[in-house]
Amino acid sequence: MLKVIGTRLGVMVLIMLTVSVLLFVMNEGNPRLVARSVLGPYAQPEQLDAWVEKNGYDKPMAVRYITWVGRIFAGDLGDSIIYKQPVNNIFWKRLGNTGILAGITFGIMVVISLTLGVLAGMKEGSARDRFISFISIFTTSIPEYASAVILSGIFVFWLAWLPGTSAMTGGFNAVELVLPVMVLTLYGFGYVARMTRASMAEVMTSNYIRTAVLKGLPYWRVIMKHALRNALIAPFTVIMLQFNWLLSGVVVTEFAFGYKGFGALLLEAALRRDIFVIEACGIVAVFVAVGTQTIGDLAYTYLNPRIRFS
Amino acid sequence: MQFDDSAPVLEIKDLNLSYFTRAGEIPAVIDFSLTVNKGESIGLVGESGCGKSTVAMAIMQYMGSNGAIRSGSIKFKGVEMNEMSPEQLRNLRGSEISMIYQEPFASLNPSLLLGSQLKEVLTTHEGISDQEAHERAVQLLEDVKLPDPERVMGAYPHQISGGQQQRVVIAMALLSQPSLLLLDEPTTALDVTVEAGITKLIADISKKYGTSQIYISHNLGLILEVCDRVFVMYSGEVVEEGTINSLFTWPKHPYTHGLFGCIPLPTADKNAAPLQPIRGQLPLPHERPNGCNFGPRCDHFQEGRCDRGIIGMDYVSGASGSDHRVRCLRWNEIDYGAEVAHGEAKPPMEFGDEVLAVENMQKYYEVHDRSLAAMIKGRSVRYVKANESLNFSAREGETVAIVGESGCGKSTFAKVLMGLETATDGEIMHAGEPIGEVDVHHRSTEQIRGLQMVFQNPFDTLNPSHTVGGQIARVIRKFGVESDPDKIRERVMRLLDIVKLPRDFFYRRPRQLSGGQKQRVGIARAFAGNPSMVIADEPVSALDVSVAAAVTELLMEIQREHKTTLLFISHDLSVVRYLSDRIVVMYLGQIMERGSTDEIFAPPYHPYTEALLSAVPIADPEVTKREIVLEGNLPSVLNPPAGCPFSTRCPRKIGAICDDERPPVHQTNTGHAIACHIPLEELREIEPVINVPSLDERLHVQNPEVVAD
Ligand SMILES: Nc1ncnc2c1ncn2[C@@H]1O[C@H](COP(=O)(O)OP(=O)(O)O)[C@@H](O)[C@H]1O
Ligand code: SF4
Ligand code: SF4
Ligand SMILES: [Mg+2]
Repeated sequence: MLKVIGTRLGVMVLIMLTVSVLLFVMNEGNPRLVARSVLGPYAQPEQLDAWVEKNGYDKPMAVRYITWVGRIFAGDLGDSIIYKQPVNNIFWKRLGNTGILAGITFGIMVVISLTLGVLAGMKEGSARDRFISFISIFTTSIPEYASAVILSGIFVFWLAWLPGTSAMTGGFNAVELVLPVMVLTLYGFGYVARMTRASMAEVMTSNYIRTAVLKGLPYWRVIMKHALRNALIAPFTVIMLQFNWLLSGVVVTEFAFGYKGFGALLLEAALRRDIFVIEACGIVAVFVAVGTQTIGDLAYTYLNPRIRFS
Repeated sequence: MQFDDSAPVLEIKDLNLSYFTRAGEIPAVIDFSLTVNKGESIGLVGESGCGKSTVAMAIMQYMGSNGAIRSGSIKFKGVEMNEMSPEQLRNLRGSEISMIYQEPFASLNPSLLLGSQLKEVLTTHEGISDQEAHERAVQLLEDVKLPDPERVMGAYPHQISGGQQQRVVIAMALLSQPSLLLLDEPTTALDVTVEAGITKLIADISKKYGTSQIYISHNLGLILEVCDRVFVMYSGEVVEEGTINSLFTWPKHPYTHGLFGCIPLPTADKNAAPLQPIRGQLPLPHERPNGCNFGPRCDHFQEGRCDRGIIGMDYVSGASGSDHRVRCLRWNEIDYGAEVAHGEAKPPMEFGDEVLAVENMQKYYEVHDRSLAAMIKGRSVRYVKANESLNFSAREGETVAIVGESGCGKSTFAKVLMGLETATDGEIMHAGEPIGEVDVHHRSTEQIRGLQMVFQNPFDTLNPSHTVGGQIARVIRKFGVESDPDKIRERVMRLLDIVKLPRDFFYRRPRQLSGGQKQRVGIARAFAGNPSMVIADEPVSALDVSVAAAVTELLMEIQREHKTTLLFISHDLSVVRYLSDRIVVMYLGQIMERGSTDEIFAPPYHPYTEALLSAVPIADPEVTKREIVLEGNLPSVLNPPAGCPFSTRCPRKIGAICDDERPPVHQTNTGHAIACHIPLEELREIEPVINVPSLDERLHVQNPEVVAD
């Protein structure tokens, strides 16, 4: 098991390095473009050259890349062009906000999708199964911007139960989170639920479930002890992948509700070529993607003794 | 529930079972009646799809989402099971009626410890403590002769071998001492010697606890060994039932009689008394004919009589006694004669020059052990000795069989011959050219054409997206046998004729064929380029009895015509005895014994051959066998015994010399070779394992109309 963890971590570092090179080359490959972004559209060519020289952008790319990595490890993410202050000052707060949104969504989504998936898969083809399957396909087919509009229509304008924006101008306010969480959950739970259902249904037709039933075990014991663990092995990897989706999925939702999070920051930075913010966002996004994938794989190995002991 | 202990353990009356599919209702089992008394063991035989498993599942009241009991009654100790509540059924399952399944691995939960899977039977049904359940489970694991029960309790299913898994399943079924045990092909997935061990174990334990059994199998020999009474099923119906002795000695139904002609009994001989396949095919449940289901395949069919109405079970009077029943209108009009059905005698084949010579062939696989311990000890590369110094030869037209249990290196040898692997050392000469170290990419078209293969599983080797004709034509084109499209087509048609498939199969795709038909296509493809030698790796072991007989006969007919050398790889000694001229017995990658078929089947035996012979079930109650049960499992190929490979299981082991020293090879001047430390003179003294009575000693010849028991 230790060896497996070691290999996975090694692979993870490798991917991170590769992506960081790409990220660096794409954003800072051309020094004059960097200077142009920082100094603005009206800067003269001489000014650009002076900036390039002053900030060490005339050195070979490899050297610059290493310096850049070193700076990041030292915790210096550079200065934001839009906000005219260190990226560190804004970035972490934004990431934290998204963490809260994604975390809550994730928790609710996992519970709902696994429960529904298991309930549907327990008796394949039953009315309950068909109902759940329909719901999970239906909700996934509504894009987030549409559900944001529909849900706002219902809860903000018609019922007037919830606030329409989530800017949290008056400090943290849990009520403002309800709509974004709802939109994300609604879109996201169907996929995992369907995966879980398929996995559960397959387990229920397996020979070992037949053995368990014909041993005379009570039904709930067959489900809880024999079916559940095997049925959850496959969805687990998918669940971890949902983290990635959440990170990108929040862009639209945060924008729709004016929530000051990572997604909104990334969108803004991309639109206005705020290079250092883009880099910071990119690195974090890749870290989350690779990290969750690694955790997913490790958990899969742990849950599945056939792999664990081979 | 009040059980009546004086009533039969199980009483099934007029049971009809159906499956409901998109195509409509499929009557899977019709008019089925059966009574099981205390301690009795009942056999259910029949070819796949005849409804055996469906009966077992109905008894368990577990027919799946699309199955149903249409009518009839199933009484357990006098209580109607069809009317029990789910809770009553639950109390019965696993405690009064238990089941043992065909695939032990699939029947065990892969992610739960075996201990927990065993204990829960007891904690659920008897409400005893975990500690007590643990002790009882360990005790039973000992009873089923598993070494180190505590380790097994703490293991996952994949950590023990197939034979051990089946022992665990058996232990699980016996834990709460059921009155009735259902066994659905419990040993089909296992090796012969393991099968023999498990069969004996089940018999011993049932006797000890007085358990009744319903034993399902397609293997008549096995049924003979374990059962008191037998029911023969055909296409959803029981066609004949009786005690083992009366049914096996005086089979009355043409189907039963035909089955005996399909199995390579010791009296069958490929030249003098070849197998007699039953013509035609099993009808699908919705394509059953009017009247007798067996009608279209029956040699005694009478128009206007056999093809109408419902044919019921009739008691056989006089001949074999009061409880022999048969579903045939003409059972008392047919005289089968004294001999078992067999085909026409043919002259023996003449063998030509040597086609294959294998000398000191070795094949080692390197395995890398990346565990820390191995690296520290500096033993990170180890060798699996899949083949160790193989020596033998084959002549034109000859059939040489390689027998041995799974993992003995049979398939590795076939791969080296085919060039899918190359030999580590030694020499293989085929048609005068060395091929041992030449892999398939470096072989000439001529070499590839000359050496073809028929595989065990025809499903895996046919391309699902090409027509049958296209696949055979490709081989012909590839080997340059013909190049003109019309001629190629003509040749494919001729090949289809040879393997007895209708010509319009040219346009069919593999999924439209049955297992036997696919195997025929596989044979046509192998013979398409006129090879001088064909390797057949268990070509009939996945097929039903009557289909296997037809395919076996077909293979030999083509061989006879083309004078092909046949290398027949199998674990089944009955088939091997029937069709081969010479036999090579392998164990753990080494040859234990080698000789002509007669030499192998008569003393002197190698102790391993002796055990193999004893393990083969024979469907003839008048054949007597000496019982030799091998203890223990096959050793790991990574860690074979230093001396004789068989020393860990050998019942005749003579001492430390067997553990430490490679046995010498005793060779006679006829080419019979035995690798054993026991001197040849001593091995010669050993009694034959199998004794076959001659025809005039036979019961049914002496008493054509009287029952023995
Ligand atoms: N779940 C099912 N749905 C439809 N048909 C089935 C099902 N199970 C079995 N059958 C059909 O019922 C017949 C009897 O099958 P089975 O009892 O499995 O035979 P056996 O055990 O003798 O091989 C076969 O024709 C088979 O195709
Ligand atoms: S009833 Fe007729 S067709 Fe059927 S087995 Fe008897 S003789 Fe043959
Ligand atoms: S050498 Fe010894 S262990 Fe091997 S077969 Fe002969 S008697 Fe048995
Ligand atoms: Mg079956």
